[in-house]
Amino acid sequence: MLGWFKKKISPELQAEEEDVRDGDDVSVVEVAEDSAEPQDEEAEPTSILHEDVGVLFKRLTRKMAKTRGSMVAKVDELFLGKKVIDPELLDDLEEILITADLGAVTTMELVDDARAKLARNELSDPLVLRKTLQEKITEYLVGSDKPAELVMPAEGPFVIMVVGVNGVGKTTSIGKIANKFVNDGQKVLLIAADTFRAAAVEQLKIWGERINVPVISQDTGADPSAVVFDGLEYAEKRNFDVIIIDTAGRLHTKVNLMEELKKINRVIGKKIAGGPHEVMLVIDATTGQNGIAQTRAFSETVKVTGLTLTKLDGTAKGGIVVNICREFDIPIRFIGIGEQVDDLRDFDPVEFAEALFFVEK
Amino acid sequence: MFDNLSDRLNNVFRDLRGHGTLSEKNIQDALKEVRMALLEADVNFKVVKEFIATVQEKAVGTEVVQSISPGQQVVKVVHDELVNLLGGESVALDFTGKGPAVILMVGLQGSGKTTTSGKLAKLLIKQGRRPYLVPADVYRPAAIKQLTVLGESLGVPVHPSTTDQNPVTIAKNAMLVAEKSGYDTLIIDTAGRLHVDEELMGELQNIRQAVNPSEILFVADAMTGQDAVTVAHKFNQDLEITGVVLSKMEGDARGGAALSIKKVTGKPIKLVGTGEDLDAIEVFHPDRVASRILGMGDILTLIEKAEEVVDKKDAEKIAQKIRKNSFTLEDFLGQIQQIRKMGSLEQIMGMIPGLNKMAKMQDMPKPDEKELGKVEAIIRSMTLKERAKHRLIDASRRKRIAAGSGTSVQDVNKVIKSYTEMLKMMQKMKGKMGGGKAIAGKKRRKRPKGLMR
Repeated sequence: MLGWFKKKISPELQAEEEDVRDGDDVSVVEVAEDSAEPQDEEAEPTSILHEDVGVLFKRLTRKMAKTRGSMVAKVDELFLGKKVIDPELLDDLEEILITADLGAVTTMELVDDARAKLARNELSDPLVLRKTLQEKITEYLVGSDKPAELVMPAEGPFVIMVVGVNGVGKTTSIGKIANKFVNDGQKVLLIAADTFRAAAVEQLKIWGERINVPVISQDTGADPSAVVFDGLEYAEKRNFDVIIIDTAGRLHTKVNLMEELKKINRVIGKKIAGGPHEVMLVIDATTGQNGIAQTRAFSETVKVTGLTLTKLDGTAKGGIVVNICREFDIPIRFIGIGEQVDDLRDFDPVEFAEALFFVEK
Repeated sequence: MFDNLSDRLNNVFRDLRGHGTLSEKNIQDALKEVRMALLEADVNFKVVKEFIATVQEKAVGTEVVQSISPGQQVVKVVHDELVNLLGGESVALDFTGKGPAVILMVGLQGSGKTTTSGKLAKLLIKQGRRPYLVPADVYRPAAIKQLTVLGESLGVPVHPSTTDQNPVTIAKNAMLVAEKSGYDTLIIDTAGRLHVDEELMGELQNIRQAVNPSEILFVADAMTGQDAVTVAHKFNQDLEITGVVLSKMEGDARGGAALSIKKVTGKPIKLVGTGEDLDAIEVFHPDRVASRILGMGDILTLIEKAEEVVDKKDAEKIAQKIRKNSFTLEDFLGQIQQIRKMGSLEQIMGMIPGLNKMAKMQDMPKPDEKELGKVEAIIRSMTLKERAKHRLIDASRRKRIAAGSGTSVQDVNKVIKSYTEMLKMMQKMKGKMGGGKAIAGKKRRKRPKGLMR
């Protein structure tokens, strides 16, 4: 689970921060300092979730159930209704998996595997079949899991660069992730390096205001690497714990834009040793098999170290991440389940694998 | 990950030579591959099922036309059926009705409504209309600003909405302003919303009632997976959409969602978004998307892509040079740089039907930045004479070039080798164009058995 949000006690953090101004065209949305005071009860939920997976699960299902008008039923009915596994059940199973965007190849593998076991009489109980499948899928997901703390630097700010194709929810996710850090009493800086899309900078600034976090930005059209450079320069003397960099959405097939990302990556590395410590790729749960191509292209350009799966509050299951985890060694950090500031959860493979088997009635 | 569908079908039909018609078993094997291809292209499970059933009916008993292989035959049936389902002819936007025409843009979050609104405004100006952009997304931070900025850059007036207003009121007010100021088309950009959010879907219904739009365009991301049907169905059910805009088609998604949406809503796909520029909007071409869904390569897209980066005059010059055998190392460098602008080599090769294997060619310089820098340095370290006549470059010259470019003699050898390989390839292609004599004999013998006919 995510160990990024362990509270940091840094009294000098509050003390500093005055009057270090760079007087160029960098605009900084300063915020009142008193907000850095951590609110204890706000910070709590993360740790509760660590202990009790069930709580999170309930919340997730409640959330999903709410938005769907409580039309969710577990696939159990499909399995419970049958005493034995028949071809029809296997067909239904295939449909469930493919419809969840697991992809034809992975689905066929799973179903064929079940068929083979059935033929060897190793399997007859539908419920056992479901359990085996869930375990197998969980295995794929866990296989790429890595402790999140590993990417954190021993000292200095923890730099996260957020990347992804257009419209997946990068900026919204950044707002939510930043909020998590803020609730945990960490000092966060946001850098608006999406200088391409109209009003993208404003969007991040509004998030910054909401959660009381400064946002470094320049005008639309500025060189994103320059924004990042100035942002990190600004951060140098100010003891930030976490710096999150928002980049413009770009299709992974655009060579020049991917080169631009490389450059941003290099600039961060030059300014902060080992940075960016986390390159987070945001994937939209409604994405189909193209998610693989996206992940491949982004990983080849900048080494992606974590995934955030957004928009899980709709009807899309986001099964593409199973394929992504199978093919790439990248852990899933968060899932986004709404537009509110706290609609972000730690990813839980077991729960996720279970949710894949929900069917609507 | 996924081979070309035509190649896979050819494998299925390898032993089929001599048969007059395709048997049911042949068809079934072939359709299994087609099914996989469609599923990998994100066509919805149920839509695929139905589609396969239709094709099966049409394909059984089809005579194998002598000139083409059974694989091609099935592909053709499948392709035609896909085009058929996607909608044969393109459908124009509807502006009829009293007063200013209203276009309502709807869709999920991040599908590209705002950008598409801007593009649409530009398109309408070109058609001589007077559009009025109306931002009605009061939820997402800075959404109104985004459309306002787009409007400014286009010189299109934008309604001064604010986030404390109700979207329905915004739409009504905008209608009044448009009538007074003589704008003939309103483009209302609504907030992205989940189809399961009853409250927000209700809001859209209210907007529809208030302004009676002549077009309700559902904007869908071309990368959408299986869920496309659920979403499109709900939007259509609640709002009775009039058309679909498929966004982000410039990527490499196979775009199976297009078929799913068309099938489940029955509404035409009117436009496709093909880039972030405000010009990047096109009429929908069913045949291109059909080829793409089948992974058959998209020659037209490739040509367009090439046209984007290749200067026509330059291209002609190169063609001249190839004909005259005066394609120098300098031209070689230029070529590599142009290829790089088009995208990765693998990607380009992938777009050319049947050329996938060439992507694995060994000595082809991979268009990665470092390699390319090396190649450039090496060629730049040659004298003009050397660049024009590579045969001049002997061992000692190679040593000098290596030292001059900071590389090794092996690197220099590699560049010269790829250049000569390319020369050879060009000779062959020239031969092919001139009547095919050059590749006779030897090449044919090398062909695997199954491919002979």
